[in-house]
Amino acid sequence: MENEAYAKNAINKLTLTQKIKAYRNSPMSLFLLVMVVLSAAITVFILFSIAAYILVKGLPHLTPEIFAWEYNSENVSMMPAIINTLTMTGLSLIFAVPIGVFSAIYLVEYAKRGNRLVGVVRITAETLSGIPSIVYGLFGYLLFVIACGFGYTIIGGALTLAIMILPLIMRTTEEALKSVPDTFREGSYGLGAGRLRTIFRIVLPSAVPGILSGVILGIGRIVGETAALLYTAGTVAGIPETVMDSGRTLSIHMWSLLSEGLYVDQAYATAVVLLGMVVLINMISGYAAKKIALNH
Amino acid sequence: MKQLKENTMKVIFLLAACMSIISVFLICIFLFANGIPAIKEIGFMEFIFGDIWRPANNLYGIFPMIIGSIYVTAGAIAVGVPIGVLCAVFMAGFCPKKLYGIIKPAVDLLAGIPSIVYGFFGLVVLVPIMQQLFGSGGKSVLTASILLGIMILPTIIGVSEAAIRAVPESYYEGALALGSTHERSIFFATLPAAKSGVLAAVILGVGRAIGETMAVIMIAGNQPVVPDSLTSGVRTMTANIVLEMGYATDLHREALVATAVVLFVFILIINLSFSILKRRTY
Repeated sequence: MENEAYAKNAINKLTLTQKIKAYRNSPMSLFLLVMVVLSAAITVFILFSIAAYILVKGLPHLTPEIFAWEYNSENVSMMPAIINTLTMTGLSLIFAVPIGVFSAIYLVEYAKRGNRLVGVVRITAETLSGIPSIVYGLFGYLLFVIACGFGYTIIGGALTLAIMILPLIMRTTEEALKSVPDTFREGSYGLGAGRLRTIFRIVLPSAVPGILSGVILGIGRIVGETAALLYTAGTVAGIPETVMDSGRTLSIHMWSLLSEGLYVDQAYATAVVLLGMVVLINMISGYAAKKIALNH
Repeated sequence: MKQLKENTMKVIFLLAACMSIISVFLICIFLFANGIPAIKEIGFMEFIFGDIWRPANNLYGIFPMIIGSIYVTAGAIAVGVPIGVLCAVFMAGFCPKKLYGIIKPAVDLLAGIPSIVYGFFGLVVLVPIMQQLFGSGGKSVLTASILLGIMILPTIIGVSEAAIRAVPESYYEGALALGSTHERSIFFATLPAAKSGVLAAVILGVGRAIGETMAVIMIAGNQPVVPDSLTSGVRTMTANIVLEMGYATDLHREALVATAVVLFVFILIINLSFSILKRRTY
């Protein structure tokens, strides 16, 4: 294997003069090279300019006051929004993770080959993952706010988000379960364990990193979601007493600050916190991915 | 006892698996039950092709919004696809390993940035730039297209990179052996073989762009008229829903739900073509 890689390098290695000559013979190649390098540079440049701009403008406004417990019109604290974001994330995961993991278990461990239901579940999950968040928001509004009569509530928002991230959790869990070698299952059956015990004691533990990476991606979507929550969880700025009250997450907080138009500086600060959360989530999921790669 | 436990759990797993079917079913029912009557009341032709949206006068024509969504999406594709596909080619075929360790997390991060932050960035950076370049308000089809093009980059890059990597190495080696350069081999042997995967990426990008709400609303201007140039303001279907849902009542509200129905049908068509394409790929 190593030899092969070495050989390939040796074949492809060109000296600089050879390269220049090759490009002179084929200006098209040079053009293509420039184009791809430029595109990659643009992509990275965009990310860095967004991050740098938000950080430069926002960091000075990250004062201790903005993390005060109370929200009022003099000090538009984001603390209640942070707490709401955590509540919202926790609640959505409580609904989405068991259902997503269980349905993946059914698809991978129980369903027989050529099962009709599996096809339907796959198609519907694919459909779900393509639906825009505003359509989820409207659906949540019609179902939870109007039909169930909840009004704007944290729980309505959480349930809407749970449906939204369900396909994500399902797909990642499915892939994680599929990557558990069949010998694990056979060994467990061979030792006399039943199907259920095999799944919960043998298969699921080895699939945990994969499931976790799906959950982390889901958290990322919940934290960044605005459109689906605007008309389900509402925009009340305080900390709700129960899940049946309205409360706004960080993204909604930012949206409200911007639409009020008076608190642009605080919106920058909120953007910094949101960006920080996203970076953190990405780092954790990258770590989980590395862990998976190590396991195989 | 043990058998009972096994069977109960199996039923629970089955029920969980049915949840996504139930969800899609519920979404369809609630949207259509609230939207179809409004379309009927307004009249299908007046609703889809009517070009005046003035709820105060009971005029509900969403043609400007449909056109707006299509324009903005097309613009996003024009901006995002060339850069995205070329970047994917770079990552799959040109990138040194060390550089890959920077670009890949950067693209992932780009995918993770919330749309509200993109919209904010567009509002405070892109809009003033556009204002200086073209005069007028700065909130326009062009501004929205550029920002949406940026937002769909990670989707395009991710899916096309996977498609390019899935092409057998022998294609590339064969082209190289015939004497073409590294660049030509990748562009004229590998990339054409990944054609349907790249197309799938584009379709996924279309779905993303047409469904995007919060970012568009902040930078597109939101005038409910058919835009007559790249620099005039535009309102998309998604923006229409968010802007007016807060205070709409009765037929107005139902008309907004009906807008979502139209959007939903668009998405279903996009999804369908995506899954057909995916099935052809593998």
